[in-house]
Amino acid sequence: MHRVVSRSALYEPSTEKDSCGVGFVAHIKGQRSRGIVEQALEVLLRMKHRAATGADPLTGDGAGILTQVPERFFAREGQRLGFTIPARGAFGVAQMFLPTDSFARSECERMLVEVVEQEGQRVIGWRDVPVDPSVLGHVARGVLPTMRQLFIARRRTVPSAFERKLFIIRKLAENRVRASGVDGDGRFHIASCSAETIIYKGLLLPASLPGFYADLRDPLFESAIAVVHSRFSTNTFPTWDLAQPFRFIAHNGEINTVQGNRNSMQARRTLLQSAKFGGGLERLAPIIVPGKSDSAQFDNMLELLVLGGRSLPNAMMLMIPEAWERNPQMDDARRAFYQYSSSLMEPWDGPAAITFTDGRLVGATLDRNGLRPARYVITEDDRVILASEAGVIDVPPAQVKRKGRLQPGRMFLVDTDEGRIVEDDEVKKEITTRWPYRKWLDRNVFTWDDVPAAPAPTALVAEDLARGQRAFGWTDEDLRIVVGPMAETGKEPTGSMGTDTPLAVLSDRAPSLFDYFHQLFAQVTNPPIDPIRESLVMSLAVGLGPDGNTFEETPEQCAKLTLPGPVLTNHQLARIKALAGKGDFDPRVLDATYEPGTAGALDRAVEDLCEAAVKAVDEGHDILIVSDRNVDARRAPIPALLGLSAVHQRLVRDGIRRHTGLVVETGEVREVHHVALLIGYGAAAVNPWLCFDSVKELVDRKELPVELEQAEKNLVHAFDEGLLKVMSKMGISTVQSYRGAQIFECVGLNRELIDRHFSGTPSRLQGIGLDDLDREVVQRHARGFVEEDVVVPFTGGQYQWRRRGELHKWNPGTIAALQHASRSNDSKTFAKYELLADNEADGLVTLRGLLEFDTSSPAIPIDQVEPAASLAKRFVTGAMSFGSISAEAHETLAIAMNRIGGRSNSGEGGEEPRRFTKDANGDFRRSAIKQVASARFGVTTEYLVNADELQIKVAQGAKPGEGGQLPGHKVDERIAKVRWSTPGVTLISPPPHHDIYSIEDLAQLIYDLQSVNRDARVSVKLVSEVGVGTIAAGVAKAGAGGVTISGFEGGTGASPLSSIKRAGLPWELGLAEAQQVLVQNGLRDRIRLQVDGGFRTSRDIVLAGLLGAEEFGVATAALIVEGCVMLRKCHLNTCSVGIATQDPKLRAQFTGDPQHVVNFFMLLAEGVRRHMAALGFRTFDQVVGRVDKLKAKSNVPHWKAAKLDLSPIFSLPNAPENAPRRCSTAQKKDVSDSLDHQLLDAAKRTLENGSPVTIALPVTNAHRAVGAMLSGEIIKKLGGQGLPDDTVRIKLQGAAGQSFGAFLVNGVTLELEGEANDYVGKGLSGGRIIVRPPTTSRFVPEENVIVGNTVLYGATAGEAYFAGVAGERFAVRNSGAKCVVEGVGDHACEYMTGGVVVVLGTTGRNFAAGMSGGTAYVFDRNRTFRERCNLEMVELESLVDESEIWLVYGLIENHLRFTGSAQARRILDNWEHLVGSFVKVMPTDYKRVLQARRAQLRPRPSPPRLRAVGGREG
Amino acid sequence: MGKTTGFLEWNREGAPKREKKERLHDAREFVLPLVPEQSKKQAGRCMDCGVPFCQQGCPLGNPIPDFNEHVWKGRWREAYLALTSTNNFPEFTGRLCPAPCEAACVLSVNQDPVTIEQIEKEISERAFAEGWVTPKVPTYRTGKTVAIVGSGPAGLAAAAQLNHAGHTITVYEKDETIGGLLRLGIPDFKLEKRVIDRRVKLLETEGVTFKTGVEPGKTITWNELKSTHDAVVLGIGARVGRELALPGRELNGVLQAMDYLETANRRVEKGGGLEGAATGKRVVVLGGGDTGSDCLGTALREGATSVSQIELMPVPPNARSSGNPWPQWPLIFRTSSSQEEGGLRSFGFMTKKLIGDGGALVAIEGVEVTLEDGKLVEHPQSTRRIEVDLLILALGFTGPETSTLSTQLGLELDGRGNVKVDSTFATNVPGVFAAGDAMRGASLIVWAISDGREAARTVDTFLMGQPSLLPTRGRDTPFGGR
Repeated sequence: MHRVVSRSALYEPSTEKDSCGVGFVAHIKGQRSRGIVEQALEVLLRMKHRAATGADPLTGDGAGILTQVPERFFAREGQRLGFTIPARGAFGVAQMFLPTDSFARSECERMLVEVVEQEGQRVIGWRDVPVDPSVLGHVARGVLPTMRQLFIARRRTVPSAFERKLFIIRKLAENRVRASGVDGDGRFHIASCSAETIIYKGLLLPASLPGFYADLRDPLFESAIAVVHSRFSTNTFPTWDLAQPFRFIAHNGEINTVQGNRNSMQARRTLLQSAKFGGGLERLAPIIVPGKSDSAQFDNMLELLVLGGRSLPNAMMLMIPEAWERNPQMDDARRAFYQYSSSLMEPWDGPAAITFTDGRLVGATLDRNGLRPARYVITEDDRVILASEAGVIDVPPAQVKRKGRLQPGRMFLVDTDEGRIVEDDEVKKEITTRWPYRKWLDRNVFTWDDVPAAPAPTALVAEDLARGQRAFGWTDEDLRIVVGPMAETGKEPTGSMGTDTPLAVLSDRAPSLFDYFHQLFAQVTNPPIDPIRESLVMSLAVGLGPDGNTFEETPEQCAKLTLPGPVLTNHQLARIKALAGKGDFDPRVLDATYEPGTAGALDRAVEDLCEAAVKAVDEGHDILIVSDRNVDARRAPIPALLGLSAVHQRLVRDGIRRHTGLVVETGEVREVHHVALLIGYGAAAVNPWLCFDSVKELVDRKELPVELEQAEKNLVHAFDEGLLKVMSKMGISTVQSYRGAQIFECVGLNRELIDRHFSGTPSRLQGIGLDDLDREVVQRHARGFVEEDVVVPFTGGQYQWRRRGELHKWNPGTIAALQHASRSNDSKTFAKYELLADNEADGLVTLRGLLEFDTSSPAIPIDQVEPAASLAKRFVTGAMSFGSISAEAHETLAIAMNRIGGRSNSGEGGEEPRRFTKDANGDFRRSAIKQVASARFGVTTEYLVNADELQIKVAQGAKPGEGGQLPGHKVDERIAKVRWSTPGVTLISPPPHHDIYSIEDLAQLIYDLQSVNRDARVSVKLVSEVGVGTIAAGVAKAGAGGVTISGFEGGTGASPLSSIKRAGLPWELGLAEAQQVLVQNGLRDRIRLQVDGGFRTSRDIVLAGLLGAEEFGVATAALIVEGCVMLRKCHLNTCSVGIATQDPKLRAQFTGDPQHVVNFFMLLAEGVRRHMAALGFRTFDQVVGRVDKLKAKSNVPHWKAAKLDLSPIFSLPNAPENAPRRCSTAQKKDVSDSLDHQLLDAAKRTLENGSPVTIALPVTNAHRAVGAMLSGEIIKKLGGQGLPDDTVRIKLQGAAGQSFGAFLVNGVTLELEGEANDYVGKGLSGGRIIVRPPTTSRFVPEENVIVGNTVLYGATAGEAYFAGVAGERFAVRNSGAKCVVEGVGDHACEYMTGGVVVVLGTTGRNFAAGMSGGTAYVFDRNRTFRERCNLEMVELESLVDESEIWLVYGLIENHLRFTGSAQARRILDNWEHLVGSFVKVMPTDYKRVLQARRAQLRPRPSPPRLRAVGGREG
Repeated sequence: MGKTTGFLEWNREGAPKREKKERLHDAREFVLPLVPEQSKKQAGRCMDCGVPFCQQGCPLGNPIPDFNEHVWKGRWREAYLALTSTNNFPEFTGRLCPAPCEAACVLSVNQDPVTIEQIEKEISERAFAEGWVTPKVPTYRTGKTVAIVGSGPAGLAAAAQLNHAGHTITVYEKDETIGGLLRLGIPDFKLEKRVIDRRVKLLETEGVTFKTGVEPGKTITWNELKSTHDAVVLGIGARVGRELALPGRELNGVLQAMDYLETANRRVEKGGGLEGAATGKRVVVLGGGDTGSDCLGTALREGATSVSQIELMPVPPNARSSGNPWPQWPLIFRTSSSQEEGGLRSFGFMTKKLIGDGGALVAIEGVEVTLEDGKLVEHPQSTRRIEVDLLILALGFTGPETSTLSTQLGLELDGRGNVKVDSTFATNVPGVFAAGDAMRGASLIVWAISDGREAARTVDTFLMGQPSLLPTRGRDTPFGGR
């Protein structure tokens, strides 16, 4: 039966994500043929591994094709049906999905016909689309719509306006059907309605598309353009209409900012006017159809822009601008165009490869980050084939004219009318020089230079300041830990060990409204960005003032005040205020204070504020300043976020938002999270006035060692940098797109409040409203204006436990009791500990504290319950790397977990091979779970095969969406060795996995890992946030055998305080959502569900079990058992108990004992047994998913918590009774299609006796991770050293699939004649990879792409030679491989820590960003390399050192020998001349370390050491 | 926070003390001030822990990391403000507290703790020297009156806080001087009485009235007192000393510790020289606790020919036992400042008999005892006789003197004879509250001050009918121990 996709329990439909494979085939000269269609279908088929299926293996997530309208075909069909089809262009076809119910269907049809006639067009006739439902899976068949086509003849409309007419018909028909309510199931959908193009798509597998639609097989079905798309959706709620292509585009990737984009369009709808549509667009609303996928909404916007008169490329440039802000090399006219356009529309930001066509032009473009792959081939016979992968159509080498890849921000365009490829430069030049944008900007854009000076208001001091701080909710920690350090250092403060304080809705300390909101972040379906190393794509520039009409291009559209960043000093805001009445801008201050404390007071105050805002806009004020400066003993501030969001949303609702800019002047803001929220809810700029006053006082009192001016600069800088980080966490590059994007989730605000003032924000647990917020305003206000002693700041206790501060789960009582109990192995003490840790009667902290077990069914005797030893297998310890914690602490956990049959987690940082063999006493120091994180430190083949589970860490609780950094001083010999880096050199972890930008990429990484270690379970770690269930479903579909949901509480790692506190959500929500979505999708039985993040007691475990978890991670508690006392100083290397430190003196203080850890877990298991007995469960399997055994505690005395509705957490999944609720067998990724099975066969004898072997085979793009399985087997069999060089030689021909040569080990040489896709040599562990073009090819290798993106990611050793150009992020995080390549894209050698890269050609931008080790040598013929290199961490030198010259020479010689490269030959032939053209890229850090090492070879006196301490005094 | 690596760079260094030889010849304080640079370094050893166990260890909930930070940064005034936000009398606690905070200091897990108590004393003495300690006269008066009975630390703390809240306070003291146990029980070498005078003067300026020589229940009735005040707070201490129920107790030469100390303290206060009950005598102090040590130090100063201090319990271990882990109060062998000055100490000795001659004590006899399975076992063959002229009983305290309270007010007591209170320090008699040793039994000065402050909050709430704005010591998350 059909199930309507709607919000249920914790599932939010808007979180659906999809990603995919895209491609097109076109004839450049526009020749229509059958061949184009057939080849496009072939492309689709060849990318089937990028698509997915759900629980029903025959139901795909979606596939489709867009072609030109095949008029010959339709002419014949018309004849057959008895009507005449006019000539090309004189008719359009509506491709319809209709309800199956015959009444509903005929109603829909009738309405459509009605609209056609109203709009003055003529109906030609209907045609049933012949389909074959037998190829469908049962799920797809269950929701199959009726497919019909309506032919519409052009009437009294000029040909150029016909498309627009058809668009209007479609929109009006859609609106009419929606309004009529006949289509209750939502099946009515017009896939296309055009005279140019037609779309055939559906809930299909790529392979079944032509089988399903007979039309596509018809010999007369011809086209010169065919765009195809296969979909990989994170879930499997069946929807036919979300299959792609859409009317103009097919999209691979995700639009991160779609919510903001949609809101902005809503906000500017009254500004939108186009003569082409006859004025306003109101009758076509909604322009962007809500409830559809991000791609569909993108298509809606593009369609409107194109039909509104912009050319297709122009519209694409407007929507997906290049990174122009920080690109000095860009032509000024183009920069001016982008700058001008930014006042018409904010970028649609996200990883995107978009193919687009209007039936004449066909092209593709990449987002500014270039995060999706797209490769193309141009053939000698004028065909263009572009797809997510190379090799999707076999083109004989001799037929290849050119091979290339899409580059970040670049456009690839084929004009079939003109019959040629239009290069990026040409297209853009034409567009950017149409108007004198630079002149318009110069005349209309204001900067600070144009704003006269004005004095800032007098700063508050002493007691007045203290009152202000208290009334706005400031605490001592805000001054001491947050604002002070920001002003001193210009950076956000760092902390460690997670958070254990109450959710805002449970806190009794009147937390700020900001605290109710949690930051969301990218995981799996889109990558976070590194805002530091990839700053070239980031922008904080803000335009303040009214917006322009997106359809119009006139000078005054860009009249704005541009600010370099959104944080204003008191002085700057004063200057803006002083503009009033001077002409250009007319700002107006709105008072956001009120008299609190009576019922409805806050409600009225907010209403008044909104009214005042509307009035101000009506009066023509184009900058509104929402200000709480008027606070005094009587008047309290409206929470800044509430005031701002209410005004913003009200103006949006009234359709006047874009007539004005919004600035917030508030005393409440004191951390990055606050600024991010205000901008995320619509503010253009924020002036945290009290923050600046406070900094002034700190400086005046000499508490900060900096001058005031510098302190203010630092503060702004810290806010800016923090904001960039928050944005990039979500993968958003510009503050312009972040503004109003509302990328937050809140907990415990009621729907009425959300719908009125924070509309669109997920708040899954209903809770408090405006009057409750008012009560908290009163409490805060009283701190400042009722209490007398205000000099000592109000105690915070958020970041550090304080007796008078916020509650902490880890406090002196719980820590002491846990240590005592686990050391004495005393169950009574342990019970005391659990009592302390679970007790929330005196103060609520967690959601689970509000839940209780339903013990109404009879208990059973405890001896009938599964034994503790068996339960212990469900326990794992947290992922903490060797490096973040000491070897002693790390190994103690491993030994303990191995003793009890649980699993410890290596964390991200490798593992010393000595731990792979057991100790004499039988103890095993090996971590059963090996983590694969974004930096791939120490991820070698040997590491991977020595594991029972391989965990891909997509996010971590402490800092989801962020990378990390291990400072050089912590990287000692031992750590450097295991991480394959250099001691003393800083190690940077990138925020994203550079091989996971999208869900199908994750599937690929799972494939790679499963290939290396076929026995291991591959799992994926996610962090709780709204939509995590959807992602978990995607993970299950990607083939993982396990998924971990981490709560935001957990996390031991060092990270910015705002990330520890503000990002992520409780595991209760994430786990429950994951369970619900997995069960609903029928995916639950194939995947193990693990949970972690603040597990302390057996009650936590049983409760999580009832919510659906099968395994439980415990990190902090295990560390406490080892001796951790929550110093929260992990990031300082000063851990006094020897855990989170590498200082040998401190490590000597470590007293942890595996036995204590064993005691702890066994005591925990016994506790679990007691709960199980009380609940009547014999086995834990019976516990899993029994949400019916949970209920909300009744009579919660807490005034806020009492309003919280927790039922969504324990509501039953929307699925049949018998749907599996736990995992039966954890799935393994299917790697049966691997080419390695043949390789293993051929190398059988080699594995036995080491005899050399040569293997020759053809290869296609469907063969992925070639060599990985072979490598895993070699290491398993022979140990870490592998085989002698060249023992296994494999010669392949063709286009190899992704991850070619991944984890290839010593002794294996992979030689490919042809080309390869993304991720070549991923994790290369000693093998050799050679890729060269076929000997018969005619193109110039050094100008053509031969390998894809992200090559040699995380390689640790080995060699690679590529006779051609590589894509983006070449050798990213390489730590030991040596390679030669003939050209690279952007961001090459990013985060590299070791190895050698020789580039014999040109490079892209941002070369060597974050490169801390290794060397690169670039052949820089035209001396232009310097401007493309990121010089923050490297120096450029010339190649003079004799030994180095020989190293490079030798590598190029190898390159010539292995690939026959002409480029290599030319260079070697002219070596004397050309050696001077080589530039050496040398990381400064690395150089310093190498020099120090050389110096160390000379004996020298030992350095003075710190005095040993710890002895008795006297 | 202190210095990030401070604890790695500097060892614990306590305050200098006057030479033993010198200090035994007067009754003045012997702990000397630290040089400021040294104080800063010692404060810089603070690790600014994520969970400062010290603050839980401190019954007052002093914001220890905060004032350590201020001291390390040289911000003494801020340190003083932070310290006095929880502690009315840091000049007392900085001298007298056994520093459970230091026992709970995270550094003491594996090294020597921060010298928290000494830093506290330095802060408060500097504050007095700099003139930062000024009377805080309330800006308005509520018109409510409160009687505080007893002028020990609990009573004084309650008086200070309630006065601060605007109530009109009268402190009733049965003795002729203010200070209770502070003045009469603590020898000058630990706390010179000028320190108390200084504080009492401040309280008087702030508006607190002191009435000495008034003993409710005797000089006036409890009901009289109650009817003339809106609330009564009992801070009467727990000064009934435990008796030695042995034959010979009535002999001359057997004194209760408090009697001995009181006499000595009064004498010193009046400038009466060092000679006293112990001069030229063989003195035995029964009881190894703090009071015993005070007796020991006093007897040494009085010029006893010999002093020995006898403890019933066997010698405690030198290091923590596994059942007494950090951060609990460590039950280990310690040496008090008096014990380091001289005298003999013995452990595991149970007095069985007091032997007199002509009504005067000449010797005691007892046996050695050991602890087995938590029980004391006597070893009769080890019977020993000790010649003694003066026997001082420092066996602890049994509770407050409550006879008139029971009879006149009908006040309920708890099982141990202390005043029974609920969680708001209220007794069963409406409007009558109790704080400190009176309701807790004999305990530490920090507990007395802490209780006095907390009781003041609830009294304030009781008087005003709305939540008190007076500060609290905060939430208790106990980790066991003392």
